[in-house]
Amino acid sequence: MKAKTVDRIATGVIVAIAVLILAVLAGLLGYLLVRGLRHISFDFLTSPPQTIKAGGGIGPQLFNSLFLLVLTMIITIPLGLGAGIYMSEYAKENRFTAFVRLIVEVLSSFPSIVIGLFGLLVIVNRFGLGFSLLSGALALTVFNLPMMVRITEQSLRSVPREQKEAGLALGISRWRTITQVMLPVALPSIVTGTILAAGRVFGEAAALLFTAGMSSPRLDFTDWNPLSPTSPLNPLRPAETLAVHIWKINSEGLAPDAPEIAAGASAVLVITVLLFNLGARWFGRLLYRKLTASK
Amino acid sequence: MNLSYKEVKRDTAVQASKPFPKHRIEEWRGKAYVYVCILVLIVTIFSIVYFIAVRGLTPFVSGGVGVGEMLFGKVWDPDAEQPLYGALPFLYGSFATSLLAAAIAAPLGFCAAIFMTEMMPKLGRTVLQPAIELLAGIPSVVYGFVGLSVIVPFLRHTFPGQGIGIMAGSIVLSIMILPTVTTIATDALRSLPSGLKEGSYALGATRWQTISRIILPTTLPSLLTGIVLGIARAFGEALAVQMVIGNAPHIPDSLFESAATLTSIITLSMGNTTLGSAHNNALWSLALILLLMTFVFVFIVRLLERRAKR
Repeated sequence: MKAKTVDRIATGVIVAIAVLILAVLAGLLGYLLVRGLRHISFDFLTSPPQTIKAGGGIGPQLFNSLFLLVLTMIITIPLGLGAGIYMSEYAKENRFTAFVRLIVEVLSSFPSIVIGLFGLLVIVNRFGLGFSLLSGALALTVFNLPMMVRITEQSLRSVPREQKEAGLALGISRWRTITQVMLPVALPSIVTGTILAAGRVFGEAAALLFTAGMSSPRLDFTDWNPLSPTSPLNPLRPAETLAVHIWKINSEGLAPDAPEIAAGASAVLVITVLLFNLGARWFGRLLYRKLTASK
Repeated sequence: MNLSYKEVKRDTAVQASKPFPKHRIEEWRGKAYVYVCILVLIVTIFSIVYFIAVRGLTPFVSGGVGVGEMLFGKVWDPDAEQPLYGALPFLYGSFATSLLAAAIAAPLGFCAAIFMTEMMPKLGRTVLQPAIELLAGIPSVVYGFVGLSVIVPFLRHTFPGQGIGIMAGSIVLSIMILPTVTTIATDALRSLPSGLKEGSYALGATRWQTISRIILPTTLPSLLTGIVLGIARAFGEALAVQMVIGNAPHIPDSLFESAATLTSIITLSMGNTTLGSAHNNALWSLALILLLMTFVFVFIVRLLERRAKR
């Protein structure tokens, strides 16, 4: 009798905690959207920020975030794919592989601020890239690479062995088997993982404070020459991203409407991450159906 | 037809005469590519450790600061006549916030995992799991913003003090590390052999008895792994904590008083000091401590994983 009462209490507590977690998430999203959506308008999304006056927007920051994401992915994906292929296909069970595995694990648990500091010391100062989009992209690559390696390795490992062996039995080289037979099969999960990783990169700020910088020069959106200093496409200009902007206006914002801007920018950030999340699931499923002819 | 036949013939002839057939070259090229990628990884990690260690050791080697002085000194005053670099307030802040966050997140995470695996697997998979994945995806600055505009005012009204401080930081961090703890706990519970549970139920044990006497003890090492990973993440989190903790460089008397962590002081001061100055070098020492703590956490996780495998 007593054991049953205890069981009932425990069940109640566990269910209550599950509900509490859902309530926290709902409250969090609800708060951000309710407070933020009021402030989001086309003007807010496209106009440059104001330092002292009210009414500033987040246009350049939004552009910087997206551009930085693209740059980061251009560098990360080839490196991550290569290292992931090594880990799942070429690595033998020996000391060296164990060592590389440890390195990936350590790299993925480095705090992002430490990676930002490394970027400041080596990429910004030693390589002389300065506070720039390129420095930011390189720092984010360090931050993102372990995740990319893990995604590729797991996806390749989940390819059925028969498919790999059929490729090898046909006499094509191992490299060909990997790129022509296994990669297409593993592609849906690689793409899903990559989009999720992209969402994480999009919201990252600590690694960017000291690499991409905390300021954005006046951008001329009619100038598409990547070498001109005011061009939005110039990879060597400093660039404040959306996430960094939120941090900056919260800690040292002087504009009278700073809380509203922070709320609006946070809402934009969260909506984008939500889109990444849903997009990853949807796109992965679509790709899987296309590539495997299954329903 | 004739032409293509000739082509094929010539192709095989060329291949036979060459010592390196095409597929060999292809294989080598592929291998070279993956090895270059691995090399990049290795070079990256070694240069991170090397460059931060060189900077971080400067205060001890040539700056006249003792290791003990930094680790146990209570006063951080780099701008004084006699600059003092005591990092104890930051160490205290970092450990207090991350341990407290783990203390909040661990029970919540276990209960969520048990809900998803033992109680309502279907509802767990369709509702709770996506919700937790979403929590993991929300950027840390957004957590900081919500902490600053919701949690800090709430604490200010309910408890004595300013609202900012270790408690606010811990609450924000606990939500941030909840996904880590929950995911690992769920994986551990799912991989538990069902015979154990069924045996317990067959003996007439209630669900709670099975959970508390069978499931928790057998999965304990994996659950601890999740907690340690959560603590590691909380320890290294910078901006969300910096926004709600208050950033006063001393050891606070209560949980609701302004404090600082290793990451918050680095974030705040790194931009305002010139590279190479004594103050700046002391900040790199703090970064080195963060780096070393990462190694400690990875080491503990490895020990626990070895334990879990047995």
